[in-house]
Amino acid sequence: MGKILMKGNEAIGAAAIKAGCKYFFGYPITPQNELPEYMSRELPKVGGVFLQAESEVAAINMVYGAAGAGARVMTSSSSPGIALKQEGISYIAGAELPCVIVNIVRGGPGLGGIQPAQSDYYQATRGGGNGDYRHVVYAPATLQETVDLVMEAFDVADMYRIPVMVIGDGMIGQMMEPVEFKEPKKRELPPKDWATDGTKGEREPNIINSLFIDPQELEDHVWKLEKKHELIKQNETRYEEYNLEDAEVVVVAYGTTSRVVKNAIAKCEEEGIKVGLIRPITLWPFPEEAFDKINENAKGVLTVEMSTGQMIDDVKIAVKGKHPVYFHGRTGGMVPDPRDIVAEIKKIAGGEK
Amino acid sequence: MSTKVFERTKGLTKKPFHYCPGCTHGIIHRLVGEVLEELGVLGKAIGVAPVGCSVFAYDYFNCDMHEAAHGRAPAVATGIKRVHPDSVVFTYQGDGDLASIGTAEIVHAAHRGEKITTIFVNNAIYGMTGGQMAPTTLIGQKATTAPLGRDEAHTGKPLKVSEMLSTIDGAKFVERVSVHNAANIRKAKKAIKKAFEVQLAGEGFGIVEVLSTCPTNWGMTPTESLKWLEENMIPYYPLGNFRTPEEVK
Amino acid sequence: MEERVVMAGFGGQGVMSMGQLLTYAGMIENKNVSWLPSYGPEMRGGTANCNVIVSDTPVGSPIVTEATGAIVMNRPSLDKFESEIVQGGNLLINSSLIDRKAEREDINVYYIPANDIAVELGNGKVANMVMLGAYLELTKAVKVESVVEALKKVFGERKAHLIPLNEKALQRGAEMVKK
Repeated sequence: MGKILMKGNEAIGAAAIKAGCKYFFGYPITPQNELPEYMSRELPKVGGVFLQAESEVAAINMVYGAAGAGARVMTSSSSPGIALKQEGISYIAGAELPCVIVNIVRGGPGLGGIQPAQSDYYQATRGGGNGDYRHVVYAPATLQETVDLVMEAFDVADMYRIPVMVIGDGMIGQMMEPVEFKEPKKRELPPKDWATDGTKGEREPNIINSLFIDPQELEDHVWKLEKKHELIKQNETRYEEYNLEDAEVVVVAYGTTSRVVKNAIAKCEEEGIKVGLIRPITLWPFPEEAFDKINENAKGVLTVEMSTGQMIDDVKIAVKGKHPVYFHGRTGGMVPDPRDIVAEIKKIAGGEK
Repeated sequence: MSTKVFERTKGLTKKPFHYCPGCTHGIIHRLVGEVLEELGVLGKAIGVAPVGCSVFAYDYFNCDMHEAAHGRAPAVATGIKRVHPDSVVFTYQGDGDLASIGTAEIVHAAHRGEKITTIFVNNAIYGMTGGQMAPTTLIGQKATTAPLGRDEAHTGKPLKVSEMLSTIDGAKFVERVSVHNAANIRKAKKAIKKAFEVQLAGEGFGIVEVLSTCPTNWGMTPTESLKWLEENMIPYYPLGNFRTPEEVK
Repeated sequence: MEERVVMAGFGGQGVMSMGQLLTYAGMIENKNVSWLPSYGPEMRGGTANCNVIVSDTPVGSPIVTEATGAIVMNRPSLDKFESEIVQGGNLLINSSLIDRKAEREDINVYYIPANDIAVELGNGKVANMVMLGAYLELTKAVKVESVVEALKKVFGERKAHLIPLNEKALQRGAEMVKK
């Protein structure tokens, strides 16, 4: 199959349907509306169901029901809407159900704005809801990577029985790029023998639940989740690395920002400055191992984000104090300018503090 | 030789209830279990448990069960029913769950005409959390967050859920019943059966509001509670059918 | 080769579809392409713009900074984007609707009465295609044939009859800037 020119939000929908997603529950919010609109057109054609819920809270709880019933199901929203969905995400994680959640991030806090932002990093990676849980977070940078990861997200969700979030921003959602739909690598997926699809009188009832009133039982359950998290860290951590062996400065950036950073790196190289890149593709699990590959003569690590500095916490943990860590960020919907990033890199390369 | 006159319904598991003495949740559970058994739908029934006293309902009903967040049972049930349209999906919710935190979910499940059945247990108080005021608490009724009794000027009048939902077109079956004596228990079972038949007929949303007791938090004996329900709740929450489609009349 | 172009105008002047056609044509030619629209309230009746990149190498940021070219269909767009163009870049001004001249002298400026030409051709809506034709003549970012092929895909059977008109508009635009 050849390449098609698609808008990001629609490409996400198309990828989900290709991955066998049959159910979508959502609520309107800018800048992701093309995605539910696409699903409302396309899902009925494949025998699926699109339903516009009365709120984000209801939408994620519909996802909870559909996931428990054994379906491949998805919801999408943007930052303030994702905040509302945290209740359901925590329950879904607690009940160990698979689903895919898309966050086309906009600026915050509060109603914030609608332009691209990365200020939901904490919300996405720290468990935005209550309790001891994690979920996988993919942060694609191009539309091709977005469709690849959306398709894989459904498999990863089913494989580990865990919610998977795909995080983009208004730029990923609104832009057009050529995409090609390719089958993700084959995985042996466990059967959904736990689903509430009716006993048919042939088995004991299945119960979907996140309540463990006995503290010992809850502790056992949470450690079981944690073991799963460790397994995901081992198997599913993804990142792109560039020139870490002899870079003077290593830049860390994800999603849209990483594309701006690549422009800045190209400019630096024209001027003979060696710059490396670590681009986390999974924000959780965070690719800590990549930072061990930074050469010991590097003068510093520069984190570039569309926030006032959230991922930088993980960068500092991963750097383990071996290099100074610097920050450059724009926020509120402003996108970093490659020229400013070049200036920051030069400052660090020149040894200025 | 002895004759068997009563048998435990197959609609319930053998797990003993955790409910307080005199609480009528047990009776209502049994009625739902019996109806599911009699309609022959246990194998395709999927129940949604609430948060509140009946939070453990997933251990008692002998069918697939899904435990929902507080108030969200109708949304969870919607997700399940849309995936398995041929299954029989029900929610079992108390008055804190359904009439307070879950008003949006219940109103919109009814508004969409979601083909599910809701058993709404109204005992005019929050039971599990220790007797706080509910939207259904009667005027003057004491609660741990209304120590002097509910005051209309401060918190309004009790919410009449059946009346409210019966204004919504998608709510095809709405009936309020009580379980304070044998005659009413029989009527309650009939209503519950009809509500499930409405779902089986693909008519739309059905709800049975069941007036129930809470001796523990009302501070009464079980018998006093039954009497209090009859004398205080029924005058404010009149029993009867608000809506029935022609097909199941 | 990397063309980084901003296309801007009032909503309804076809700046978004002009950008999409260029992007589509680039994809047909196996080039690296991206199209990024402005979005949000500013699109409701205000000025709309899109950023298009057509490149031989993978596209970094889809945001155009240091534009190699700008096509401006109305006055506010000229005011906003004139300063964004790199030295030696191209500025294409729709002189049917913009009464002022460009201020910069370090860029190549072309005045094209796109709406007048479109009306002459019998359909005011193809003003955008006149501008695109001029832009392609100047930059050779993609072949005109690729744009026509893209048009065929976008229009489908139902609107195929509009293709000759669009081709003519592209051609008239090109003639305006031919040396």
